Amino acid sequence: MVEQTPLQRMASDFAESRIALAGLALLAAILLVALLAPLISPQNPYDLAQLDVLDSRLPPLAQSRSDGGHTHTYWLGTDDQGRDMLSGIFYGLRISIGVGVASTLAALAIGLVLGLLAAYFGGWVDTLIMRIVDIQLSFPSILIALILLALLGQGLDKIIVALVAVQWAYYARTVRGAALVERRKEYMEAAAGLALSHARIVFRHLLPNCLPPLIVVATVQVAAAIALEATLSFLGLGLPITEPSLGLLISNGFTYMLSGKYWISFFPGVALLATIVSINLVADQLRDVLNPRLQK
Amino acid sequence: MSTAALRVENLRTHFFTRQGVVRAVDGVNFSVAPGAIMGLVGESGSGKSVTGYSIMGLVDPPGRIVGGRILMHGQDLRALPPREMRKIRGKNVAMIFQDPLMTLNPVLRIDTQMIEAIRAHEDIDERSARNRARDALGQVGIPSPDERLHAYPHQFSGGMRQRVAIAIALLNRPEVIIADEPTTALDVTIQGQILFEMRKLCRESGTALIWITHDLAVVSGLADEVCVMYAGKIVEHGSVDAVLDAPLHPYTRGLIESVPSRSARGARLPQIPGAMPTLLALPAGCAFRGRCARADSACTAEPALASVGDGRQVRCFHPHREPLTTS
Amino acid sequence: MLVFIIRRLMQSMLVLVAMSLLVFLGVYAIGNPVDILISPQADQAEIARATAALGLDRPLAEQYWVFLRQAATGDLGRSFAFNVPAIQLILERMPATLELAVTAMLIAIVLGIPLGLWAGLAPDSIAGKTIMTGSILGFSLPTFWVGLMLIMLFSVVLGWLPSNGRGPTVELLGVPVSFLSREGLAHLALPAANLALFKLALIIRLARAGTREALLQDYVRYARAKGLSEARVIGVHVLKNILVPIVTVIGLEFGSVVAFAIVTESVFAWPGMGKLLIESINMLDRPVIVAYLCIIVTLFTLINLAVDIVYSLLDPRVRLSEAGM
Repeated sequence: MVEQTPLQRMASDFAESRIALAGLALLAAILLVALLAPLISPQNPYDLAQLDVLDSRLPPLAQSRSDGGHTHTYWLGTDDQGRDMLSGIFYGLRISIGVGVASTLAALAIGLVLGLLAAYFGGWVDTLIMRIVDIQLSFPSILIALILLALLGQGLDKIIVALVAVQWAYYARTVRGAALVERRKEYMEAAAGLALSHARIVFRHLLPNCLPPLIVVATVQVAAAIALEATLSFLGLGLPITEPSLGLLISNGFTYMLSGKYWISFFPGVALLATIVSINLVADQLRDVLNPRLQK
Repeated sequence: MSTAALRVENLRTHFFTRQGVVRAVDGVNFSVAPGAIMGLVGESGSGKSVTGYSIMGLVDPPGRIVGGRILMHGQDLRALPPREMRKIRGKNVAMIFQDPLMTLNPVLRIDTQMIEAIRAHEDIDERSARNRARDALGQVGIPSPDERLHAYPHQFSGGMRQRVAIAIALLNRPEVIIADEPTTALDVTIQGQILFEMRKLCRESGTALIWITHDLAVVSGLADEVCVMYAGKIVEHGSVDAVLDAPLHPYTRGLIESVPSRSARGARLPQIPGAMPTLLALPAGCAFRGRCARADSACTAEPALASVGDGRQVRCFHPHREPLTTS
Repeated sequence: MLVFIIRRLMQSMLVLVAMSLLVFLGVYAIGNPVDILISPQADQAEIARATAALGLDRPLAEQYWVFLRQAATGDLGRSFAFNVPAIQLILERMPATLELAVTAMLIAIVLGIPLGLWAGLAPDSIAGKTIMTGSILGFSLPTFWVGLMLIMLFSVVLGWLPSNGRGPTVELLGVPVSFLSREGLAHLALPAANLALFKLALIIRLARAGTREALLQDYVRYARAKGLSEARVIGVHVLKNILVPIVTVIGLEFGSVVAFAIVTESVFAWPGMGKLLIESINMLDRPVIVAYLCIIVTLFTLINLAVDIVYSLLDPRVRLSEAGM
């Protein structure tokens, strides 16, 4: 039997679940769309010159009413400003995913550093950091985000700050837990005995072993961040109108739902759903694959 | 022989795992008379506990009884529908498990767990059930039983908990009690007390007792008869005195010789070499073949359990004939 | 038992004081208290007057003491928009939110525990797998989107249930409640279901995991050995053991339910504290925001205390070890 590298083994373990593979495929497609949005959208929904208010609130598959040259099909209908829903969704995916990933990475970086510090130095550093983590985690994320936004105001950067503030504690706690386990192992004493610098020990030795649980948490958190941002935007406290995420699109369409023009909210909602569910499916399988206790 | 409280005929219980079939109990025969005490001895993996579970009908999947009969009053317990078997469990046959901290439910009071055992089989009111529970606790030597009834399992010491388990087993006056290593987790001194009391209780009530253990010393002080199990089969059977004085099977002899005794102090302790083969891949022929100093080419065939007179049986082509020399 | 309660009470008081310090610092030290407490419409003279009146030019420690004293008497500032004490606004809306939250929690518990138990007893059956897939969906879907879909299905397409507002209320023990009338229930149905979904998924997962673990324990086999009916083995022995961790989670999650009610109240225009909060944020009515924070923190602390007490009632080992038995 050919020896597989750990990465290959992980990949083949992952592939054992067909649902997870389907989720991965869907996720890949969504990410591709988000990346290439400006290139593949039929219309740039933010370019006011391209919008024609006569085309507003058209149902899916409607033809453009404007007689200025070519006619094109609005595959998913238009919203109240005459924006093509399909394009709006592509751009919206871009922003939603972008904000979600950016805030996750930032929170991860902060949480990682703090968690490693807490585990490595122990003592009062550990107690202080973990107390703050505990208090923060005992409050629902939405409350923290809302209060922060109320204090800071609106804007893309402020949203990311709020999302980071909500998430960093998970990473700190996860990393600290994993690092504590590692720290007690003997090779750490050996490294300390060799008088390696703190930084070297932490980054070269502690860090790689904390990665598996971190990856799982991060994946789940990206989905949670995207969902939270969508919720905040829906409530009108999230991203401003100039950079509409999926949440804002959905909130725009809310008022039209009762009169039957469901597509303005429905399709962005489906896009949001597809993103979150596919991420969660992948995360579930990753968790099983990376769990050392389930290794055969 | 028709007066046996319990008779097991050719019991076979197999576990159907992903790695293969584990023949945990593979053709076990014995019977126990009312009021008699039988020791079922073997090391872990020999199938002794599974035999107990099989009699109770508590074998969990992927295990299953695949053959044999379990006879009480001439009725085969295996043939009973689940509802009927449930009536027998806890009433006609009771079981005591090894670690009462795990077997008594930690979040329920003792009186709850005792009263439910009574009311599962009899339609009596709670006050009478409680009285019976209190009496049973007194019978096994638990002081101030009224207070103890309101307590939780973790408030008892190990020995007391096991007495509670014994009391529960005796509550419905069963004909047979199966005790699965009940004293293994206890202090040696407590162990002695419990053995003595169990013996007394069973004699007084005429209850047959099957005592499952790996410890021959326990058996010697307690039982009338002993069955030695190895790799799912009984390899020797006889009265306790006969078997311990003159063990016929090399395994039994090895077991007895490996028990440290005062008279052999300072001498090297004999051990049975090797380990029990995994039940997934038993060798052909006698399962003890790989560890036996007396094995030869004849042992590649499977020996049957043969009577050698005096109610003794042994499964071996080359049994010992001479009694043990006590040095 | 009494000692236990008193000890927990004192811990809770400490937490409350600590939280009040945090809120105070957040408002007075980090944020600009002038912006937060004085109406943005005020002109310079009014600002100066209000600053002096609110004591914003005093040392921080003195301000904190005043803040604590006022908070203890329930004075948390006046709403800019409605010009009534902020706390009065919030307390008026609290019954609506609590009614919604309690109903949602009840739905989650009453449905979640049996479904989770079922999934744990038969994990490989069709029912078991369906329940688990459903639970994954349940906490993947954002609450507000589920709310929209519920409205679309039950209000727009089917027309069975109203899509917004609270039904007519009736006084019950001095508190206005709406679930006692048929119309009130109709209005309560969709928002409560929406709010319950996330917790329902959580409880199902917990109950399933707990059941699977419990079934492997020796006490289950022992209970069967005593000849107990399967109904009693599952319904008493297994259930009581899985309840302990579930109750803890339920208690702690109740606070989160109250918080997430913010979203549901916005979607369904339910007149509760959450909707008030969003409106206040949009209108920059900051005293109300501060008051909301204080009330929520108090609520959370009380919930934690209650959970501790109930947990000790359910698991005798905790209670008795605390009493030194």
